[in-house]
Amino acid sequence: MSSLTSALPPAQGTGARIARWGLYLILLLFAAYYLLPLLLMIATSFKSPEEIRTGSLLSLPRDFSLDAWSYAWNRACIGADCRGMAPYFLNSLVIVGPAVIISTLFGALNGYALTKWRFRGANIVFGMILFGSFLPSQVILLPMAQTLGFLGLAGSAGGLILVHVVYGLAFTTLFFRNYYVSIPDDLVKAATIDGAGFFQIFTKIMLPLSLPILVVTIIWQFTQIWNDFLFGASFAAGGAQPVTVALNNLVNTTTGVKQYNVDMAAAMIAGLPTLVVYVLAGKYFIRGLTAGSVKG
Amino acid sequence: MATLSINNVRKQYGSVEVLKGIDLDLTDGEFLVLLGPSGCGKSTLLNMIAGLETISAGEIRIDQRVVNEVHPKDRDIAMVFQSYALYPNMTVARNIGFSLEMRGQAKPEREGAVRRVAKLLQIEHLLDRKPAQLSGGQRQRVAMGRALVRDPKVFLFDEPLSNLDAKLRVDMRTEIKKLHQRLGTTVVYVTHDQIEAMTLASRIAIMKEGVVQQFAPPQEVYERPANMYVASFIGSPTMNFVRGTLSAEGDRLGVSIGRERSGFLPLFQAPEQAGSWLGQEVILGIRPEAITCYDPAIAAGNPALVKVACGVNVLEPTGADTITYVELNGHEVVARIKPSDRVAEGETADFMIDMARANLFDPKTEQRI
Repeated sequence: MSSLTSALPPAQGTGARIARWGLYLILLLFAAYYLLPLLLMIATSFKSPEEIRTGSLLSLPRDFSLDAWSYAWNRACIGADCRGMAPYFLNSLVIVGPAVIISTLFGALNGYALTKWRFRGANIVFGMILFGSFLPSQVILLPMAQTLGFLGLAGSAGGLILVHVVYGLAFTTLFFRNYYVSIPDDLVKAATIDGAGFFQIFTKIMLPLSLPILVVTIIWQFTQIWNDFLFGASFAAGGAQPVTVALNNLVNTTTGVKQYNVDMAAAMIAGLPTLVVYVLAGKYFIRGLTAGSVKG
Repeated sequence: MATLSINNVRKQYGSVEVLKGIDLDLTDGEFLVLLGPSGCGKSTLLNMIAGLETISAGEIRIDQRVVNEVHPKDRDIAMVFQSYALYPNMTVARNIGFSLEMRGQAKPEREGAVRRVAKLLQIEHLLDRKPAQLSGGQRQRVAMGRALVRDPKVFLFDEPLSNLDAKLRVDMRTEIKKLHQRLGTTVVYVTHDQIEAMTLASRIAIMKEGVVQQFAPPQEVYERPANMYVASFIGSPTMNFVRGTLSAEGDRLGVSIGRERSGFLPLFQAPEQAGSWLGQEVILGIRPEAITCYDPAIAAGNPALVKVACGVNVLEPTGADTITYVELNGHEVVARIKPSDRVAEGETADFMIDMARANLFDPKTEQRI
C-alpha cells in the first residue's frame, strides 16, 4: 500500500492542507454515522434493564454486565423453546459449513470447465448460469419447496444446504470463471502433455493458484448464507431454523417488558461470525477482488 | 528419437480451412522449423502434432504409429511453450519432475532425473525456487528442462525464444542447437524469425495461409526459393525483384530490363524450361549480396559475373556491410557492398551481378521457373 500512496504527488500549500483535513473530517463523520448503531447495540447489550429505562440511549454502560449475553445465548425463549440462541447458532454453523464448501468447490469446478475445457455451447451454459445470479430469491421459493418435498428434504438442514448450494452456484461460478480466464491456457496444455487429467490439473494446478478468489468466494458465500433469512424461514422447520430466524422470533415474541439488552446481545451473537470473517480475511477479500485486474 | 510423418493433414474450424493439406516427412533426428507469419497455421499444426487440437483429415505418424486418436500424454512428445507455461505454484524441481510424477514414477528416480536435467541445463542452483523468482532466461531453461526430463521421441517448440531479449535469444538459440546435436532427438520448431529458422533447421517448411510453400534445407530455401513469397520472406534485405523480358543474344539466354542495350543480363546456366519463356515477361530475383562493386580481377575469373553501370542513390552502412540502393536500368535495387568499396551517393559506378545466383519467377503465378 505504501508504494501506492507514494506514487501520488504530495499535496502542497496551505490550501491543499486545509482541503485534506476537511476531507478527513468528512470521512470521520461518515465513519461515525456507520459505527454509531453498532456502538449503540454493544453498549445496550452490556447494560441492565433499569439502566436502559433510566439512562440515555447513547451513554456507555455504568455497570458493565454480561447477563444479557448469557441470557440471550442459552436462556432466552424463542417461541416456546427457552434454550436461547445457542442451538440455532449451531444450526447455522451446520448449514453454513457444508453449503459454503460445496458451493465454492463446485463453483471452482464450473469455472475451470467453462474456461479451460471449452466445449461447444460453453458460453451459452455460462450465460444461463449467470442468469441465476439475477434471479430474485423470492421467485424460487415455491418451486424449491416442491423440489425439497419431492426429495424428502423439506424442513431439514440438508434441504437448506441444498437450497444454498444451488442458489450460490451462480455467484461462485461467475467468480471463478472470471478468475480462471486470466490464467493462461498454456498451463493446461502443458499439464495435459505432462500426463495430468481433468481432475489432476484442477487439484494440482488450478486450485493452488486460486487462493485470492477462494477467499473472496468463501467470504461472500459465508456472509450470504449466514445472513439469509428468507430461505431459513421458508424451508427450515422448528428446531432446524438458522440463527437469523431465531433472532427474529426472539425479538418479535417477547411477552411483558421488552428486554432491549437481550435483543441487542442476540443480534450481536447473530452478526458476530460475519464480522469475524471480515476482520480475519478482509485484506484477502480486497486483494482477491482486484486480482487479475493489475499485472504483477 | 523417431521419425515423424504428416500426410495430407487438414484442419477446419467450421467452414474455415486453416490447414489445406500438409505433407511433411521427417527422418530420425531431424530439426524441422515451421516458418511463417502469424496466422499461417504453423502453431495449429504444432498443436495437432502434440494432440492438443484434433485433426480434421489426414494422418500424423510418430515412429510409424498413427497418433490421430492418441492422447497427448501417450504420444511420447514434449513441448516448450512461448509463455513457458511453468506451474507458478510449484518449485522448479517439481515443475521439471511433474510429468514423471503424473506417470507414477517413484520419488528417488524422479529426483535423479530432475538433477540430471538440471545439470545439463546448469540450473541446479534454482531447483528450490518458484517460477516467479526466476529471470526470463532461467524460466526458459526450466521450460526446456521440463521437456527434456522424459527423454521423449519428439520435441515440440512453440516460438520458445520470442519472449527473450535480443542478446539472450541469440545465446539460447545456440544452446538449443548444441542440445540438439548432443541429444539427436527429432524436433519440430515453430517460429516467425527467419534467422532462427536458418540457423537451427535441418529443413525448413515455409507456410502461408495453411499451405507449405517450400520444404527444403535452409541453404536451398535461400538460394533456390520455390516462389516469390519464400524469396521475399527469407533474407534481409529482401531479394530484389526486377521485371524484364526473357530474350536471346547470340546463343545466350538472358533477361532484358529497360530499353537500353546495356539492360541485357545473360543468364548463367539458364533453367531448362527457360527456352519456352523466350520473349515473355519474367521476374528476375537477385539477392543483394549478388550485386557487388566491379573488380576486374574477380570478374575475369568468373564468367557468371556481369558488369553493369549503376547510379548510387542511398548508402546505409550497417558496419559489416554497406547496404547500397542503386539504379539498375530504371529499377532501384539493393546491393550489399563491402564498406571499403563504398561509392559516394549520387555518383555512377560499375557493379557486377553474379548471375549464377539469379532466380527467375513467373510474374503471374509467382512460382520459380
